[in-house]
Amino acid sequence: MRVTKRRSPLSDSNVAVQTSVHDDVHRPELLHHFADPQQQRDSASLGMWIFLGTEVMFFGGLFCAYLIYRIWYYADFAAASKSINAALGGTNTAVLICSSLTVVLAIWAAETSRRALMLAMLVLTMFFGLCFLGIKGVEYHDKFVEHHVPGPSFSFEHEQIPGHPGQYANPQHAEIFFALYFIMTGLHALHMIVGLGIFTWLFVMAWKGRFTPEYHTPLEIGGLYWHFVDIIWIYLFPLLYLIDRHP
Amino acid sequence: MSVHATSSPLRTYFAVWVTLLIGTLLTYEVAKIDLGVFNSAVALTIACIKALLVALFFMHLRHASEKLLKVVVISTLFFLFILLALSMADYATRGTGASTVSFLITHITAILRA
Repeated sequence: MRVTKRRSPLSDSNVAVQTSVHDDVHRPELLHHFADPQQQRDSASLGMWIFLGTEVMFFGGLFCAYLIYRIWYYADFAAASKSINAALGGTNTAVLICSSLTVVLAIWAAETSRRALMLAMLVLTMFFGLCFLGIKGVEYHDKFVEHHVPGPSFSFEHEQIPGHPGQYANPQHAEIFFALYFIMTGLHALHMIVGLGIFTWLFVMAWKGRFTPEYHTPLEIGGLYWHFVDIIWIYLFPLLYLIDRHP
Repeated sequence: MSVHATSSPLRTYFAVWVTLLIGTLLTYEVAKIDLGVFNSAVALTIACIKALLVALFFMHLRHASEKLLKVVVISTLFFLFILLALSMADYATRGTGASTVSFLITHITAILRA
């Protein structure tokens, strides 16, 4: 046994801890380079939040591009937005909110040693994630059928501008809207697919009994990612689906 | 951990969940009413409240004791603000996009198209 006094870089107090170099190798809740479990959890969560910060900037560039074009071509954006099925988008918002609830319930179940509930909530989260992607697929299918996908076959002729009878949207400006729509929702869907991969892995770990009330950091970190993807959608929904919806 | 201590987060989670669903329905319904320029303002306000609820309660920011974590979150928002504010300042003061007020843009595009 070797006694080391270490100043923990992530907590407010100095801590004296007893550590031995090798006998904690199989304790995932306290790896030997951390002072205490709280410090280990804080480090993991801090790392995830920094990653989410880079993700905010990543999506931020697209939101910025959207904002500029929306101000320039507001009427065309409104006409293009009206062609998207807002009810499907709204349903998807509700589906994602439900999946966020099942994530926090899974973490709560891990904290209180409810294995069956944790597994059920993880499966339910993945189910909601797949529902979201399915509904998204229906939406994309509609857009392909209507020739609203930017490219050689794009067509947006004689589409009324909402609130301005007899005026038609400029197809080139509408194409910019649809390009942003597909890039932003597509990137979001890609994040959902990555999230489904993460949750499959979490489910396997949970099934093997790796998560205990003391150690379930991967669940918390995976949850942070899932909630972040939910937040992105919370902004995408009103911005893309609900421009000038009123008759 | 006592039973009482573990039952309270559940109530919070379900309350937040219901609030988020109501917020979604509200955004959807309000979008159908003509509020002029305030439609966007209302939609974004509701979206920000929903995002805040998710971050505070589902992502447990409310109970975050770590000061470093708060620095990361606040600086993220600050840099996003710089990205949007400086870009908009640029575009708003350019010749062609001199006016960013949406109703003016509508009139200009209408004149160009006529």
